[in-house]
Amino acid sequence: MPDDALLLAAIGIPFAGAVAAGLLPTNARNAAAWLASGVTLGCFLLLWVFYPTVSAGGVLRHEIAWMPSLGLNFVVRLDGFAWAFAALVSGIGFLVVLYARYYMSSEDPVPRFFAFLLAFMGSMTGLVLSGNLIQLAFFWELTSLFSFLLIGYWHHTAAAREGARMALTITATGGLALFTGLLIVGHIVGSYDLDIVLDAGDRIREHALYLPALILILLGALTKSAQFPFHFWLPHAMAAPTPVSAYLHSATLVKAGVFLMARLWPVMAGTDAWFWIVGSAGLITLILGAYIAIFQQDLKGLLAYSTISHLGLITLLLGLNSEHAMVAAIFHTLNHATFKASLFMAAGIIDHETGTRDIRRLSGLNRSMPFTGRLAIVAAAAMAGVPLLNGFLSKEMFFAEALEVSVPLPSMHIVLPLAATLASAFSVAYSLRFIHGAFFGPDPTDLPRTPHEPPGWMRFPVEILVLICMAVGMLPAATIGPYLDMAVRSVLGAETPEYSLAVWHGFNQPLLMSLLALAGGVGLYLALQRYLQTGPEGPPLLRNLKGQRIFERALVFLSWRLARTLERLLGTRRLQPQLRLLVGVTLVAALFPLILRGIGPALPRPTPVDPPLVLVWVVGIACAIGAAWQAKFHRLASLIMLGGAGLVTCVTFVWFSAPDLALTQLLVEVVTTVLLLLGVRWLPKRLVDLRLDATGPGIAPRVRRGRDFLLALGAGCGLSALAYAVMMRPFPDSISRHFLERSYNEGGGTNVVNVILVDFRGFDTMGEITVVAVVALTVFALLRRFRPAPDSVDVPEQQRDQTRLDGVQPGSQPDGAVADWLLVPATIMRMLFPVIGVVAVYLLLRGHDMPGGGFVAGLTMSVAIILQYMASGTRWVEDHLRVHPLRWIGMGLLLAGGTGVAAWVFERPFLTSYFAYEELPVIGKVPTASALIFDLGVFSLVFGATVLILIALAHQSIRSHRAAPPPARSLGLAGED
Amino acid sequence: MEILIALAIGVLGGSGVWLLLRPRTFQVIVGLSLLSYAVNLFIFSMGKMRTGVAPILQKGEAGSLIFYDDPLPQALVLTAIVIGFATTALFLVVMLASRGLTGTDHVDGRERDQ
Repeated sequence: MPDDALLLAAIGIPFAGAVAAGLLPTNARNAAAWLASGVTLGCFLLLWVFYPTVSAGGVLRHEIAWMPSLGLNFVVRLDGFAWAFAALVSGIGFLVVLYARYYMSSEDPVPRFFAFLLAFMGSMTGLVLSGNLIQLAFFWELTSLFSFLLIGYWHHTAAAREGARMALTITATGGLALFTGLLIVGHIVGSYDLDIVLDAGDRIREHALYLPALILILLGALTKSAQFPFHFWLPHAMAAPTPVSAYLHSATLVKAGVFLMARLWPVMAGTDAWFWIVGSAGLITLILGAYIAIFQQDLKGLLAYSTISHLGLITLLLGLNSEHAMVAAIFHTLNHATFKASLFMAAGIIDHETGTRDIRRLSGLNRSMPFTGRLAIVAAAAMAGVPLLNGFLSKEMFFAEALEVSVPLPSMHIVLPLAATLASAFSVAYSLRFIHGAFFGPDPTDLPRTPHEPPGWMRFPVEILVLICMAVGMLPAATIGPYLDMAVRSVLGAETPEYSLAVWHGFNQPLLMSLLALAGGVGLYLALQRYLQTGPEGPPLLRNLKGQRIFERALVFLSWRLARTLERLLGTRRLQPQLRLLVGVTLVAALFPLILRGIGPALPRPTPVDPPLVLVWVVGIACAIGAAWQAKFHRLASLIMLGGAGLVTCVTFVWFSAPDLALTQLLVEVVTTVLLLLGVRWLPKRLVDLRLDATGPGIAPRVRRGRDFLLALGAGCGLSALAYAVMMRPFPDSISRHFLERSYNEGGGTNVVNVILVDFRGFDTMGEITVVAVVALTVFALLRRFRPAPDSVDVPEQQRDQTRLDGVQPGSQPDGAVADWLLVPATIMRMLFPVIGVVAVYLLLRGHDMPGGGFVAGLTMSVAIILQYMASGTRWVEDHLRVHPLRWIGMGLLLAGGTGVAAWVFERPFLTSYFAYEELPVIGKVPTASALIFDLGVFSLVFGATVLILIALAHQSIRSHRAAPPPARSLGLAGED
Repeated sequence: MEILIALAIGVLGGSGVWLLLRPRTFQVIVGLSLLSYAVNLFIFSMGKMRTGVAPILQKGEAGSLIFYDDPLPQALVLTAIVIGFATTALFLVVMLASRGLTGTDHVDGRERDQ
């Protein structure tokens, strides 16, 4: 059991560390570095806890139910291969963190860097420890995402942004393909569990969907591992800080593709399709990358292409469908990680200490930084495959495979060894270039900085890595042997071949090839030296063929030209055509099933009509049509008729026994009307153009109106028909019965509607009041910055008339004309205030059993406040009464949420309402429900929100009176100041 | 009875859609209000609409649809009414702000090119 927790910790700790590092202040450089190195080292050491089990051939598994209904479990699975990769990820992670501490400038926000790095490491660890294909795809995408953030860390430079974007576009697109491929594999096998999948190799290879799955999965792996033709993102990712390059391009990101191919090797490989796709991608990449690397002028660019080439080598090995090649692939993966990380770090040191990475400018650094020079020479020699270093061993294995492997095409027996020797010679040439260009030759002139040795601790990670290169190179069986064996065995199982890790195999063909390559590489470098020193950037022949340019063209075409053209052809920014389209499509969509299926069984006869209701609706229909008719030129009339239609709706609710609805509708009608009235003042004047009226509108508007009228008519008829058809049908057995039966017994209320709102569906209500609160706050925020249109700024005509009257009448005071306006109603309204307040409280308290409740009560209370504003004016009210709408809103949310949370205290689900009959001595059984507190929250929130909206709008009229900018007390009554 | 309610829903909805397609923001806001009446009535009509049935239970009783009103559509419509008010307010304020910024009350923020 503790093993399970530790397994989870191996993935969880880096993420936790990332969050912690992200929370550190931006200048906490040392704290972040300590944290990150602690986490990485901790993870590395943690892996040793599992080593005894894993090295004995065991597989550690821990499952957590993730989506059991879909058969998806979160499986942490650790075998030898995963262990080796995880150790690589955390071990090199630690060294990179150490290096980054000295590399990163104090001006950079270093905690963010370490946070990304740790999160990336967590994703990478999660990827290698995945025991489930979906989970693997998830962590795969996470690595893409965090590598994007890492590459774009210096986001102020365009190169970093573009490099990051390109890396993300390519690897995440590949990730999507991979995901699809894994889904297909899961479909074939019937499970996403890695262990089950690994046992189903024959079934997968024989399935009809094998090829699509293979292609999709390889798209993911080859994009991630920067294989031709997707290799071009990797050099652009060099815009990242060097520690990132050292980490991503040696041990982690690009190795994820290799890891995946090796992981699925037992079940996907072994076919011709695998050989041709993986093998040829690897072969082309191997040679192309090495060739381009020779001609790079940037140290990191050289290493980038060399990385591409070495990944090509590993991919080629994986593609050969041979167990021996598999051993070589895993071995070279480990070797490449060590020497490439150290070389990237060395390049970073050179850049850090001299200020440039241009090989043409660098020279003779061996004298100023001798120690770094030695380290770099050893690492580069390992990269070139010089004997007694680790690169040599895996390269020999590769040569041996190139000579011996059985291939589908006989001519490959000639091609493979030739290509291997050629690529190796290229590799010698660029390694020489790296070393000779930077460290030898005359003293450098005109460098941005005077070169000197870096701080000892910055060099330390390089020393460790170079030491490993040498130890593995000289004593392979004693050093890497057990780990390699463990990794290979966990992939190949019983089919693990015999292989020898000796340094000396006698004078054989592979050694001859090595010597040839060494000599050829040296010769090539000597021949090219002059050209390289003076020549332009980039390799001859291929200089103008840039994958990245094609990629960018494609992107520009897709995301810009094509999108623009489609938008121009099919889109519009105008609202009316969009809405027209929407209504039209809805009509068609509704008509379609009707035509297809017909109206269905014959409808029964409708029930007779109540004449009074008909009368009411004659008014209602007239109001609706009138409102539509007058909305353009007579807003007030339209508004009044809108209210009329609303009142008729309200009457309908009463008619059909829905008192709660009627109450709510009535009150909302009142506040909506006040709201719109307040808004109308800011709209432009619109007078009937008499000139136009005489001639009538032009043809185009007539056509438009005719079309809209037809649409509206269609929508209206459709709605009628639909409503009629539904009402005439027998009613299905809905959950209403359930609510009716339980409302009193379980919810403790006789008003079923209210019990549904505050109890059965309390969570919905909570969501709804939250929306209301958000809307109110948005309205408030929008109005704080409200600038009316110039022609609405002036005081309205009617008010100007009043002011003029003030001056005309003798003895009148300012505002005298309106001083006694509505004196009697105003007095009554003031006196009504407490009465309405009491009514609101009454409605609230009885809501559970009688029509009423929080919504109604809140609206009633806000009507009480609005009445005061209307009767006495804003200033008077605010001098006498201070409502704090924001506090009401906050309190409402807290009360409603608090009632929900309180259920947790009693170990019940969120918002479980408490209800009981309390036995009181005299009164007897009294129902008490916690839902009442919830309803109080609803009340408080609805009241606060309504008042906030209306008052904020009403305040605009006062603000505009003042010529000066509004004072701080913008919403004094709200108490915000 | 059903014919009347269906007709009412149709007229409210049709008027609403007509206004929705008009170019002035005020027309659209009135249209949306009319449309929301129509939709609320429509949802309400999904329950058994009957006159003279009790909406409130007797104490201690488990109600049934034979004697009581259908509470479910009512609960849905009740919150819809309140949310409708809030969104109307939001639309109004956005419309005013847009008018302040662009100087026009056209729904597109600029007058149609004639």
